Amino acid sequence: MRELSVQEITEAVSKMCISANCQASEDLVRATEQTIADEQSPAAKDALLTIRENQRVAAAEQIAMCQDTGLAVIFLEIGQEVHLTGGDLEEAIHAGVRKGYADGYLRKSVVADPLRRKNTGDNTPAIIHTRMVPGDKVVITVAPKGGGSENMSTVKMFPPSAGREGIIRFVVDWVKQAGANPCPPTVVGVGIGGTFEKVAYLAKRALLRPIGQPHTDAYYAEMEQEILAKINALGIGAQGFGGTITSFAVHIEVHPCHIASLPLAVNLNCHVSRHETVRI
Amino acid sequence: MSEIKRITTPLTDAIVEGLHAGDSVLITGVIYTGRDLAHARLIEALDRGETLPADLRGQIIYYVGPAPAKPGYAIGPAGPTTSYRMDAYTPRLLDYGLKGMIGKGNRTPEVIESMKKNKAVYFAAIGGAAAVIAKCIKKADMVAYEDLGPEALQRLEVVDMPATVVNDCHGNDLYVEGMARYARTAAHVCSCPTRPVSAGYHLSPRQGDGCR
Repeated sequence: MRELSVQEITEAVSKMCISANCQASEDLVRATEQTIADEQSPAAKDALLTIRENQRVAAAEQIAMCQDTGLAVIFLEIGQEVHLTGGDLEEAIHAGVRKGYADGYLRKSVVADPLRRKNTGDNTPAIIHTRMVPGDKVVITVAPKGGGSENMSTVKMFPPSAGREGIIRFVVDWVKQAGANPCPPTVVGVGIGGTFEKVAYLAKRALLRPIGQPHTDAYYAEMEQEILAKINALGIGAQGFGGTITSFAVHIEVHPCHIASLPLAVNLNCHVSRHETVRI
Repeated sequence: MSEIKRITTPLTDAIVEGLHAGDSVLITGVIYTGRDLAHARLIEALDRGETLPADLRGQIIYYVGPAPAKPGYAIGPAGPTTSYRMDAYTPRLLDYGLKGMIGKGNRTPEVIESMKKNKAVYFAAIGGAAAVIAKCIKKADMVAYEDLGPEALQRLEVVDMPATVVNDCHGNDLYVEGMARYARTAAHVCSCPTRPVSAGYHLSPRQGDGCR
């Protein structure tokens, strides 16, 4: 059994909170530049050039790309051969978030209670999703999630008769209705299947895939392209100024489901698509 | 896009009337920050007949909750937040005398009507471009509601802050017009799988041009 101190997890989380917020990932830079090249609307292209410049400034000065540095969503894959030592795992993660958001001059965007709304002042607690997996490694993903795009997300419990076409229509209509609100160009995370709570998790996980990397199943890869083409035909464009590219990519994640159900979730991510992973 | 217009705060009816949806502007002068909870408190103060902590008549509110400033910076990254969350409060503030708002995203018909009635303007700043927008903010001073953290009401001095007119006082809406200009019908769209990692769309110039 391999021993791993939770202190190491705190350190890793802290560092990734800062780097994910300040440094645009390679796939995001590539998607932004490709979109600048392809966009046909001058107003949208101007907005995209500002977005690309913002990525450069943030990286050079180590400041956040967006003032909304998000709620820290953490995905943990813990190898079952790992013995975690030195304290409480979840506390260690919160400590990492607390340190990262303080040291990185990141915004504290969490209220302690959904109705009484007092800011916790340190961006904790994080949202933590834990999975036990074979092996003796711990894989940590930090995905800071902004409120603007998160608010433009939804879960819908379809009857199976809705089928592929019903799902496509709903996702496209949903993105149309969201308009400029989620800061397009967006990444559209789509979860299909599972249960009510599982499908939302699938949509969130879909946002972690490198931008534009197709689903491994050709059936869903094709569906991703079809939805993306229809979204980009809406004309919303970067920032809603009108344009030919509204989303960078559509990512679908699926899971087996009940014979009576066809759950669907749409989780939108803004153009500041942030996630970073480390394997310890 | 038209040429860039320079405007200085506070806004007058004449300035607002000269702005049209789609105009690019550079804003210079004093503006105020305010988002969800600050708006709730401003409306509570108006309800109680109190004087507001800042005289917002003729002024612009920027919907923003800045990140903390690094040493040597006037303010941290400071891009716009989504505006519709302020819609419930906005007509009341426009009736009071607020003349402009900077945010991102759609407004309700009630807000748009109130903008026409009160001669006010709604600008979009580039959402997510917070690091570059902050360069235009030269000074930030706390005015009120400091306990709200990033949601506090602050007075900002801005120089040439870029924004785009979304809703003008004449009833025009850039989001509606821009989308209509670039919307394509399904017949003109193909989902050609030859570019899976690109932006994933292209126009089909003629039917059957290598597209399904």
